[in-house]
Amino acid sequence: MSHTSPIELRDQARRLLAELQAKEQLKARDRLAIPQQEMPSQDPIVRGRNMSEVTFGYFEEQARVEAERCLQCRNAPCVAGCPVQIDIPRFIRQVAEGDYEASLATIRETSLLPSICGRVCPQENQCQEYCTVGKSLKDTFKSVSIGRIERFVADWGAGLQGLSDDALADPNPTPPSALGTDDPAESGRPMAAAEAPDVKPPTGRKVAVIGSGPASITVAADVRREGHEVTIFEAFHKPGGVMIYGIPEFRLPKRIVEDELRTLEAMGVEIRTNFLVGQTRKLRDLLDKDGYDAAFIGTGAGLPRFMRIEGENLVGVFAANEFLTRSNLMKAYDSDKAHTPIYQPRRVAVLGGGNVAMDAARTAIRIGAEEVYVIYRRSRVEMPARAEEVDHAEEEGVRFMLLKSPTRIIGDENDRVVGIEIQEYELGEPDESGRRRPVPIPGSESVIDLDTVIVSIGNDSNPLITRTTPELEANKWGNIVTDERGKTSMDRVFAGGDIVLGAATVILAMGEGRKAAAAINEMLAV
Amino acid sequence: MHTIIEKRQLSEQVYLMRITAPLIAEARSPGQFIILQVDTEYGERIPLTIADADPEAGWITIIFQAVGGTTMRLAQLRQGEAVAAVLGPLGNPTHIENFGHAVCVGGGIGAAPLYPIAQALKDAGNRLSVIIGARSKELVILEEQFTRIADELIIVTDDGSHGRKALVTEPLKELCERDPRPDLAVAIGPPIMMKFAAATTKPYDVRTMVSLNTIMVDGTGMCGGCRVTVGGETRFVCVDGPEFDGHQVDFDNMIKRLQSYRAQEERAKHACLAEAQATAKGNV
Ligand SMILES: Cc1cc2nc3c(=O)[nH]c(=O)nc-3n(C[C@H](O)[C@H](O)[C@H](O)COP(=O)(O)OP(=O)(O)OC[C@H]3O[C@@H](n4cnc5c(N)ncnc54)[C@H](O)[C@@H]3O)c2cc1C
Ligand code: SF4
Ligand code: FES
Repeated sequence: MSHTSPIELRDQARRLLAELQAKEQLKARDRLAIPQQEMPSQDPIVRGRNMSEVTFGYFEEQARVEAERCLQCRNAPCVAGCPVQIDIPRFIRQVAEGDYEASLATIRETSLLPSICGRVCPQENQCQEYCTVGKSLKDTFKSVSIGRIERFVADWGAGLQGLSDDALADPNPTPPSALGTDDPAESGRPMAAAEAPDVKPPTGRKVAVIGSGPASITVAADVRREGHEVTIFEAFHKPGGVMIYGIPEFRLPKRIVEDELRTLEAMGVEIRTNFLVGQTRKLRDLLDKDGYDAAFIGTGAGLPRFMRIEGENLVGVFAANEFLTRSNLMKAYDSDKAHTPIYQPRRVAVLGGGNVAMDAARTAIRIGAEEVYVIYRRSRVEMPARAEEVDHAEEEGVRFMLLKSPTRIIGDENDRVVGIEIQEYELGEPDESGRRRPVPIPGSESVIDLDTVIVSIGNDSNPLITRTTPELEANKWGNIVTDERGKTSMDRVFAGGDIVLGAATVILAMGEGRKAAAAINEMLAV
Repeated sequence: MHTIIEKRQLSEQVYLMRITAPLIAEARSPGQFIILQVDTEYGERIPLTIADADPEAGWITIIFQAVGGTTMRLAQLRQGEAVAAVLGPLGNPTHIENFGHAVCVGGGIGAAPLYPIAQALKDAGNRLSVIIGARSKELVILEEQFTRIADELIIVTDDGSHGRKALVTEPLKELCERDPRPDLAVAIGPPIMMKFAAATTKPYDVRTMVSLNTIMVDGTGMCGGCRVTVGGETRFVCVDGPEFDGHQVDFDNMIKRLQSYRAQEERAKHACLAEAQATAKGNV
């Protein structure tokens, strides 16, 4: 895969923009002919040795060129594909016109976390899947890069525009999100962050928000805005949920998430960390003794699945959650400073094909692994990970072993991993999900030598709250059952995000949060 | 704020700390533990059992051995200073009822988490035998407290400097041979001790609970780092435990898993010692 330097991408976009602006009127045909703007990124070899963000974000010129690709479809099929129905053609038109402030306002009408969603949404399965441009060019990946434009606008609002001329003087520039300190996660650079939204006068009502992932952040903001008191209870020592402990810095810089949390605090939301609802205090007690008028449960899908194959408890086998938490939340990648150890992998197999698997594989590369294999049962097109992450992983040297699945993990006399036995699969008939079902090929087993296995085949709902709150109804997978507005079986208690949906996405968690917050606000208004 | 309201050195490397933690003091039951951090930026999260608590006064007690990077840093904190983060109570409470005759076996620092359980068993009406084992006299902790609650207290040391010169399994076997046999054994201590304690009671079919202290990160069931094999099934110590049927636990695998980070831990310990020495020199 070729890697184009940021300067080249900028210069191309500059020329193109000048050409486009010289034209009187762009016809649909002209727009379809505009080349899609590539995301500038760190050189793959260089970034494989640092934790800073991989992508730099569009240059202004690129954002405007990309925005010109949009056909402004009257029926806007992209909007229907967006879980929170952002008015996509409108915010893109505003970018084309150079009115970023208006564009940001458009996005913010329905989305609370654009700088996060612009980075982590699986756009190719959402808005971009339905984009007319992609359809016309017969390739979803040629759709208007809605997510990249969204990110540009959000970063603009946060004072994080693409690379400056100064930065470009360096052949391997530092990403804007990592400027200001050696440690990207600690950047003290002040943000031109959106000011805290207005909060209505106090109502005297109190809402407990449990967990601090995207669902909870959304609920806290929307409920606080109405003047209710809000307390977030988070089990970890840092808030942010998966966005802090799971998704690595190189994909979602921590300071972006921290900014959102600071905005919440500026609005007067109280965040109590090291508080595990169900253990530190029961949900019932929060409602009955501590005076909370309502509660929202956004505790996520934090229960790692294992494959139930032989050797899964050997030394050197980890759930991706553990590996990623050590690296991200505990900063174990920075072994000079961090006190938490991380296993030093040399030859690694990552089992699974989702975002979590890509994050684990790429983290392994960054902490010095020599060989990293992703072992996945189906073929590449079926991988649930964002396509961009799969491409990035490949560029960084991750190797894909597709249509293969492990049958057992092999250990030595000290119970340390020395290898994995894998079996080949072929694709059979489509299953309920429409994906072709992988079928094992008998006698195709072979062994690869390894010292580390990272299991990344998914997460179920964390059962702590339901276990300690018997009146809360959960389904057979442990997901909390709610009505369409997020109301649970328990009076005054709402839930949303992964704890309801099963492991899903940031944007869906946010969307659920929005609905539940509206229902809570309505309930408290009477 | 988790202020250290009392700090005492119980033996060369063993410290007791009383820490303000009102919610945990109120919610906890014997057998439960906390996860603690000395620093929330770069600090490690380590599990420690709650040795005692006072819900009215709002404190909990922890007893720890300063043997790793984090426990050494913790030991350097002074009375009046605060522990950066304490999460808990975690895990399930010990199942307490009147079983009849209960034998509590504590090895080394394991006597600390054993104490609240022994006390609860006693309060529930059990006849209580306690076996405390340590390498030498100086390392025997909580002897006074156990004397107060035990119907029978047996102390053993490896070198014979206090009590009998024996391993805990010796008196444990003798108790199992008595008629009637004990109804319950609870063994808490180094994994190897728990392994042999469970192996000792097995032939006598004496139900044996062990409390496992595995590597942990979150303590909420999210990371899977604490997993052990119990009866052929994978269980998470932080949410399914920390207590399990000692006859079902795969101790060999657990002991090996505990060694996962040995190289890194050694390095961390040396760094910490060097740090402490540098500070000490600076003070002179
Ligand atoms: C490695 C990884 C990569 C991912 N990549 C992407 C991606 O690229 N794009 C995307 O859209 N999605 C991605 N996801 C999924 C996405 O992160 C989740 O869908 C989303 O974060 C769910 O949000 P949530 O608000 O439901 O909860 P979470 O973000 O899971 O947060 C839940 C929080 O609740 C806390 N908690 C749990 N129980 C309690 C309790 N009893 N008391 C107090 N606090 C509690 C937890 O500590 C946690 O902080 C990824 C997930 C992972 C793990
Ligand atoms: S579908 Fe594509 S081209 Fe049409 S409005 Fe949406 S982004 Fe623009
Ligand atoms: S410590 Fe993470 S699951 Fe138990």
